[in-house]
Amino acid sequence: MIAALVAAFVAVLVRILCGPTVRYLRDIEGAPPRVFFANHSSHLDFVVLWATLPAAQRARTHPVAARDYWTRGRVRRFIAGRFFGGLMIERLNPTSEDNPVEQMLRVLDGEDSLILFPEGTRGTGEAVAPFRSGLFRIYESRPDVELIPVYLENLNRILPKGEFLPVPLLSYVTFGEPLPRKDNETRDDFLERARETLIRLEAA
Amino acid sequence: MQFDRELGYLVGGVLVVLVLATAGGQLLGRRVRSDAGRATVANLNARIAGWWVMCAVFGLALLTAGVGSVVLFGLISFLALREFVTVTFTKRSDHQALFWTFFVITPLQYWLVADEWYGLFSIFIPVYAFLFLPITNALTGDMDQFLERTAKIQWGLMICVYLVSHAPAILLMLDIPGYEDQNGKLLLYFVLVAQASDVLQYIWGKLLGRRPIAPNISPNKTWEGFVGGVGSAVALGTLLWWATPFNPWQSALMSLAITLMGFFGGLTMSAIKRDRGVKDYGTLIPGHGGMLDRIDSLCFAAPVFFHLTRYYFG
Repeated sequence: MIAALVAAFVAVLVRILCGPTVRYLRDIEGAPPRVFFANHSSHLDFVVLWATLPAAQRARTHPVAARDYWTRGRVRRFIAGRFFGGLMIERLNPTSEDNPVEQMLRVLDGEDSLILFPEGTRGTGEAVAPFRSGLFRIYESRPDVELIPVYLENLNRILPKGEFLPVPLLSYVTFGEPLPRKDNETRDDFLERARETLIRLEAA
Repeated sequence: MQFDRELGYLVGGVLVVLVLATAGGQLLGRRVRSDAGRATVANLNARIAGWWVMCAVFGLALLTAGVGSVVLFGLISFLALREFVTVTFTKRSDHQALFWTFFVITPLQYWLVADEWYGLFSIFIPVYAFLFLPITNALTGDMDQFLERTAKIQWGLMICVYLVSHAPAILLMLDIPGYEDQNGKLLLYFVLVAQASDVLQYIWGKLLGRRPIAPNISPNKTWEGFVGGVGSAVALGTLLWWATPFNPWQSALMSLAITLMGFFGGLTMSAIKRDRGVKDYGTLIPGHGGMLDRIDSLCFAAPVFFHLTRYYFG
């Protein structure tokens, strides 16, 4: 109860600070699981994406976070792990016992959703980097899971990489149509198609 | 600030106009048939609804006298600056300067209004902030487009904060002999004439507009709208002389200054929008666009009206 109230309050604060204009090209009120994949240039990315989800889905949507970064220090551990229910994955030395994709699939099998940044790290905001292969593995092995591209704009201007204090500009969040399925597509073709679909959502 | 009969007349007059406009908008909505006409009326009704909200907020601010007005115009500045910087190109290296602009310089300017510290209020941004911001940017070591980047932040601060802060200054920093404690009416008079001029130019332009003044900048600003709008807004301002420290012809000249500056404010702010390739600065007020779209005329008119009044009547 208290956790839900705090979450609602944080979501309102985030929306005031980042002033997102949100467009939903497809209704996302229905049941999870889904994978929301977005471009990545700011720590605010997963926070704003989370805050613009329908309230009922927030508790059931987990950002996929790099363990090497987000478990360093108490504050980060609390924010990413406890508050946002982040899924900590090993991005530096994945092994078969410690496999990021297996972890993500387990969450999806539990009927929860994921927020994924397939570029793997934060960019400068000028270009969207090539995608890493995790998204393709999910697409291949869980055909019922909707992959929804979410384009985030201006968040890197509100809180750029390396800055601690935000500047309250306005931002844009666009939820696109789920990625359609295609037969006989190679991994690289799929990843490039997903990336281009995401970039086409740019509002301006 | 005291609440006298004249203030009551002004507020009552605004209410009557709003009620009439709302009724008129509903009647028009029943009569139009074409799709284009329906879109225009829908936009008109959204604008009228926006006016109700804006008048209610402004009324509340006036009720609380000084503090409310400072807070209201401070928020207006903050929201306008946010829209301005969002549509303006800035670089990663501008981050520090922007942080200072939003969270230190803007609140300080409004604190100076609340404190009625006129000397520092009038030079704080043009002298201290304008020197501080290029220094901050230079210290980042990024010289790429340095002059443009610095100038953009300075100009955003000038328009959205410095100019706008002269509106609450009308309430708090004008001492007019024989008009003590009545400045609330003068602020209301100023906002009424400036905004009425906008609305009347829009109406005259819709009814008679043929020849655009600056087709590249704003196809909706026509000579017919300009002459009709400025003329009728000056007539309104003249008729409201009893609420001001002015006599009728002084009130006419003041209204003329407000409406002309307001027109040029709108034109300049439209030029920036065209340059940046956007239609509106934002989506904050349905039917009106962003905060900056609504207050563009007020920005340019406020300091001129403030200083004219201060020089001749203060």
